[in-house]
Amino acid sequence: MNSQIIFFILSSLSLVSALFVVFSKNPIYSVMWLIVCFISIFGHYLMLNAQFLAIIHLIVYAGAIMVLMLFTVMLLNLNKESEPHKSPLPKVAAIISGGLLLLVLLAAMHSGSLPGYISPDLTDTGYVQKVGIKIFTDFLLPFEMTSILFIAAMIGAVVLAKKEKH
Amino acid sequence: MTIFIFKAVLIFIIFLISLGIAAYSTYAERKVAAFLQDRIGPDRAGPFGLLQPLADGVKMFLKEEIIPTVSDKWLFILGPCLFMVTALMTSAVIPWGMPLEIGGKIYKLQVADLNIGILYILGVVSLGVYGIMIGGWSSNNKFALLGAIRASSQMISYELAMGMSVIAIILISNGSLSLTAIVESQKGLNWNVFYQPVAFLIFIICAFAECNRTPFDLPESESELIGGYHTEYSSMKLGLYLFAEYINMFISSAVISCLFFGGYNFPGLDYLNTVLPVNLVSLISIGILFVKIFFFIFFFMWIRWTIPRFRYDQLMRLGWQILMPLSIINVLVTGAVLTFFNK
Repeated sequence: MNSQIIFFILSSLSLVSALFVVFSKNPIYSVMWLIVCFISIFGHYLMLNAQFLAIIHLIVYAGAIMVLMLFTVMLLNLNKESEPHKSPLPKVAAIISGGLLLLVLLAAMHSGSLPGYISPDLTDTGYVQKVGIKIFTDFLLPFEMTSILFIAAMIGAVVLAKKEKH
Repeated sequence: MTIFIFKAVLIFIIFLISLGIAAYSTYAERKVAAFLQDRIGPDRAGPFGLLQPLADGVKMFLKEEIIPTVSDKWLFILGPCLFMVTALMTSAVIPWGMPLEIGGKIYKLQVADLNIGILYILGVVSLGVYGIMIGGWSSNNKFALLGAIRASSQMISYELAMGMSVIAIILISNGSLSLTAIVESQKGLNWNVFYQPVAFLIFIICAFAECNRTPFDLPESESELIGGYHTEYSSMKLGLYLFAEYINMFISSAVISCLFFGGYNFPGLDYLNTVLPVNLVSLISIGILFVKIFFFIFFFMWIRWTIPRFRYDQLMRLGWQILMPLSIINVLVTGAVLTFFNK
């Protein structure tokens, strides 16, 4: 019963903050609301007993990516005057693609069968040890592929940053 | 339900202790500075100037509150609050001592024994950047913005080496991320600092950088940036920033003691456990942990008056080109030794 109350509080928090991200006029406020949204999702992961995923979500998204976003927004110095006039076309495209995504999700929910409910307290699949063993046995190849992709991206970033030197 | 009440009381006590130690750190900082520079230091308020933090606090509260008219008011207020909240949140996973026994029940002296304890600390530390960034940006002041950018890029850079150095500790303490397990694996004098001196060195340098302490206090270097990210802050908002920094110092001292110096462990703990009652041993272990913490707080201050400030490019080079590779090599060597010699 208690976890249900916490779930409703967290869910409403994530929904309300997500709405604020979209509707804030000031981009800095959007970023701040997105951080609140991420932290509430961190809470959801904890409720599902997925501790590793929860903390990685907090470190990577709330801690690193949002700092980058905040940096960008702060240094771009967004003023109302400098904002170029936008055509309504992207808005229409966004509404159509968002609606299509919603449709697909609903269809998936409708046709797919959900597996039986397992209480998160009874499983330990979300613990670091379990996730680590899974990654290094069953999913070794995808894991190594991802790391190669990451290294390529990192080297690319360094090369791009160093380009202006000479 | 009793466990709930116990945790609530524990949280409240840790909160009070954090604030108390932060308050007296300001006093200790000036006394240590005075001692190192052969002066007397504050001695007017109360015996030996012991009431000085109280006087400072009252002064901070009574000062005029100025909010720049061109800044974003809500973000300006949010900045110091965020910084304070994240500073206080880190203490949740630190094991403060041996378990207490009340009415036949055993209570752990830890708010939350998370399976991911050390990652939780790294996560909350990475959130600490927001308080500084928001505060610096919303001040609408070039110096404040420069200070905020310096602070956040410095904290992001040193987080990496810090996390890498912790991996070596996790490797030698049976692969557990829980701080209780890490402390438990250092029974007696079996402290991690003797097995992982390089990791300790990297971690403590990164801790200095994360706390924005000298020699890495570039975000607020008075000679270049006036006061850095809190230039525009006055009254208790400035007080919150300064206070939260001392809380960060206290918590990082606690984390260093737990990771490298055995936490509440000391030689002879097992012997005492057989002779003395459980609660007395528990209190002694808390005392031992606090002795270690106080030593590291003193160490932070000692360094401040010994080593001058770095230049910004030197700081970045140290973080990315020296500490980062060093910590990766440390992880590799530790892993190789564990695999081939099986400690």
